[in-house]
Amino acid sequence: MKESQENLVFECETGNYHTFCPISCVSWLYQKIEDSFFLVIGTKTCGYFLQNAMGVMIFAEPRYAMAELEESDISAQLNDYKELKRLCLQIKQDRNPSVIVWIGTCTTEIIKMDLEGIAPKLEADIGIPIIVARANGLDYAFTQGEDTVLAAMAQRCPEKTPTDKPDPSLVLFGSLTSNVASHLALELKKQGIQVQGWLPSPRYGDLPALGEDVYVAGVNPFLSRTATTLMRRRKCKLISAPFPIGPDGTRAWIEEISSVFGIVPHGLEEREQQLWENLEDLVSLVRGKSVFFMGDNLLEVSLARFLIRCGMIVYEIGIPYMDKRFQAAELALLEKTCLKMNAPMPRIVEKPDNYYQIQRIRELQPDLTITGMAHANPLEARGITTKWSVEFTFAQIHGFTNAREILELVTRPLRRQKNIQEKSLTFV
Amino acid sequence: MKLAYWMYAGPAHIGTLRVASSFQNVHAIMHAPLGDDYFNVMRSMLERERDFTPVTTSIVDRHVLARGSQEKVVDNITRKDKEELPDLVLLTPTCTSSILQEDLQNFVNRATMQTTCDVLLADVNHYRVNEFQAADRTLEQIVRFYLDKAKKNQDLNLEKTEKPSANIIGMFTLGFHNQHDCRELKRLLAELGIEVNEIIPEGGSVLNLKNLPKAWFNIVPYREIGLMTAVYLETEFAMPYVSTTPMGILDTAEFIRQIGQIIQNHAETQVKEKPTVKSPMENAVFIENYIEKQTRFVSQAAWFSRSIDCQNLTGKRAIVFGDATHAAAMTKILSREMGIRVACAGTYCKHDADWFREQVVGFCDQILITDDHTQVGDMIAQLEPAAIFGTQMERHVGKRLDIPCGVISAPVHIQNFPLGYRPFLGYEGTNQIADLVYNSFSLGMEDHLLEIFGGHDTKEVITKSLSTAVDLGWSTDGLAELNKIPGFVRGKVKRNTEKYARQNNIQTITLDILFAAKEANGA
Repeated sequence: MKESQENLVFECETGNYHTFCPISCVSWLYQKIEDSFFLVIGTKTCGYFLQNAMGVMIFAEPRYAMAELEESDISAQLNDYKELKRLCLQIKQDRNPSVIVWIGTCTTEIIKMDLEGIAPKLEADIGIPIIVARANGLDYAFTQGEDTVLAAMAQRCPEKTPTDKPDPSLVLFGSLTSNVASHLALELKKQGIQVQGWLPSPRYGDLPALGEDVYVAGVNPFLSRTATTLMRRRKCKLISAPFPIGPDGTRAWIEEISSVFGIVPHGLEEREQQLWENLEDLVSLVRGKSVFFMGDNLLEVSLARFLIRCGMIVYEIGIPYMDKRFQAAELALLEKTCLKMNAPMPRIVEKPDNYYQIQRIRELQPDLTITGMAHANPLEARGITTKWSVEFTFAQIHGFTNAREILELVTRPLRRQKNIQEKSLTFV
Repeated sequence: MKLAYWMYAGPAHIGTLRVASSFQNVHAIMHAPLGDDYFNVMRSMLERERDFTPVTTSIVDRHVLARGSQEKVVDNITRKDKEELPDLVLLTPTCTSSILQEDLQNFVNRATMQTTCDVLLADVNHYRVNEFQAADRTLEQIVRFYLDKAKKNQDLNLEKTEKPSANIIGMFTLGFHNQHDCRELKRLLAELGIEVNEIIPEGGSVLNLKNLPKAWFNIVPYREIGLMTAVYLETEFAMPYVSTTPMGILDTAEFIRQIGQIIQNHAETQVKEKPTVKSPMENAVFIENYIEKQTRFVSQAAWFSRSIDCQNLTGKRAIVFGDATHAAAMTKILSREMGIRVACAGTYCKHDADWFREQVVGFCDQILITDDHTQVGDMIAQLEPAAIFGTQMERHVGKRLDIPCGVISAPVHIQNFPLGYRPFLGYEGTNQIADLVYNSFSLGMEDHLLEIFGGHDTKEVITKSLSTAVDLGWSTDGLAELNKIPGFVRGKVKRNTEKYARQNNIQTITLDILFAAKEANGA
């Protein structure tokens, strides 16, 4: 075992790693915002990615489509405004959404298509709000796509007038399925804190009012642009807290919010304790085991912190992008957790290099590697147990009740391994 | 701009990557932004690959946008050269690099000076060609490169193999049932006494490409990919090729006869120079005997098409849609071999529309050339066929319209990469196709019968109590008629009739009531 270090180590590699393109955020955001339509302005490459990555969903007549750029668009033989107007009118006629979200891609960046300039004009022309988000692979990774959309959407939230609601009020940001959102709201309500609204809201018309006396708190670690926008543009006050992932994270999250509102939280310690006892059957499976995060969705720090609290040893936290300010509270809790559990401080590797990582995995032989689908089967074939990282993005992992879900995901490969070994099917 | 939800053929770089990763020890480096390497996910998931997909990205980010790739691409190429010791690094442009217009050829030239491996720039334009065209092009490019190189090194062995031999061109990773087809073709050739010289690109080595001219002839099983290479080899080395797809009994026979012809021609020209080993394929009687034996005993498809089962399919209407190869072959099989009426045959290979039309004309009522899936969906809804043979998209259309669908072509899902042996080509392929066709139609028939006799599941409560109260009686004639109804729907009919009787306060179910109930339900 490596000797534990005093502080967290931050490194930065080459950025040659595998992750999903940020336009994938349309697949969960169009479901979250029920009256929206997402138009991805890009090429066949983008379309083929969505079609393949989103699998079956594409057949359910989704409220998203490609505006596929052709050679004449690239060489500016066609007028962008006219082309987009034609497509948006068709969307209006077929689906009549309350809002159209344009997703700018690498191609629109490179040819410098002025989406932000065209949108207000077209919006006035066709009478549907148009939001522009530049969720492209030049600048962002996977879940950061949601960040760009929410940051753009934050600009559209109504201004909070003094008469609106009692001050100060709390708005949470980050897209969660409705039952997870209501679970978190309920936990806060138990402490006497009312959640005034969510960004995003299930319907575009219900976006929360924002203003100077509004406190905002994030639920996901990849929302740093949204946080910045809320603070700088909308003058909201950001509550810096760890993220409500795992019972420890959820408790810390509620405590931070409570302290801002001057409330002494009650019953949280017992609640957390109770949960750890309930989770013991799964925690006992991972205790003392080692884990390696290759990094692709920015949830890595929060998950690693939770798993260390479960008694796991984290060798490496690969992460696409590390915003030390937005994640400050989460990083502090990670350090604290390492000390508490007497676990070695993990290396945090920003913009990792998958090739080097695989060398390190070979050397360290971790009990579990959390990785993308490109590497999962080849690693399994080399005797390395893996878990697909993407599942953490789509599973319900927030709040007290969903801690079990995280552990179910983490232990599934280990449990399966055990089943196979016990039945001595170890010939492959 | 085009509003698009779904596409049949992928972007050009996917085709290039499919060629690269099919070869052994070839590494592709994409010039692309972060996230464009989802090809690795597709290959790892669909093909369930045990090895890392040999594709990496030289990432285009903000810095590259601002100042160009500079050393990045060259560094990535030389790094891969050291790490993986590949035979060839293939630099792959994407839609992004198409518009950046960086001089990728220059990077390749610079990298070549520092690497031990060969470096090539895939010559594809994202905005002009699709996945299939790009794959076809890239394969030809690689073959041409290595043959030119061998020529230059005077390393080219033009002497033909002693025994008749063939190259199989166009077997690919992520191809529709390609691995099974390849095995079936090898078996077929072995039985004909023909050696397989090289199979490219799947599993082949670029270092062996210089052996290609040693074969007597080339086989291009699929229309979409491999033809360019075969044409190049024909012009350059006068190698004949067979491009008939051996799919279905008649086309497989045609395929074998063409091979026979080639070998006979070969023997006639060669014999003047020196006597070669006599091949059984030079004997027309051998060929016809072989075809007949296979058709009678190995393939069940010929017998199947005469059996009563197939009789019931006469005049049934079907729609076929897919890539040019599979859609054309399927149309011919349905119409010529099974007597099924093809109401519409179509393909999304717009670039090969003329060939497709020529193939299917006379075997179908109408022809549809489009890559818009909604148009195909509308056509299916309009024609209401008894079965569809198409891609995964048509399967979903079929689900929505309650029409069974057999998947015959890419684009495909993981279930189209079966572990069991499922070729579409050759004589075993005819058996697989017959099963596929028959299962699709008979399922449709079953569904239809269920429909006639009142639907699949019982949504309404028939009685208030769960126990089967004996308040209903069946008269002898009613019961006799009930027993005539086919077993698998009898229970359903019984329940529906009893429900009808209860609703109408009828105590005894007679023949009249049975029909009245059927009428009431069937309306």
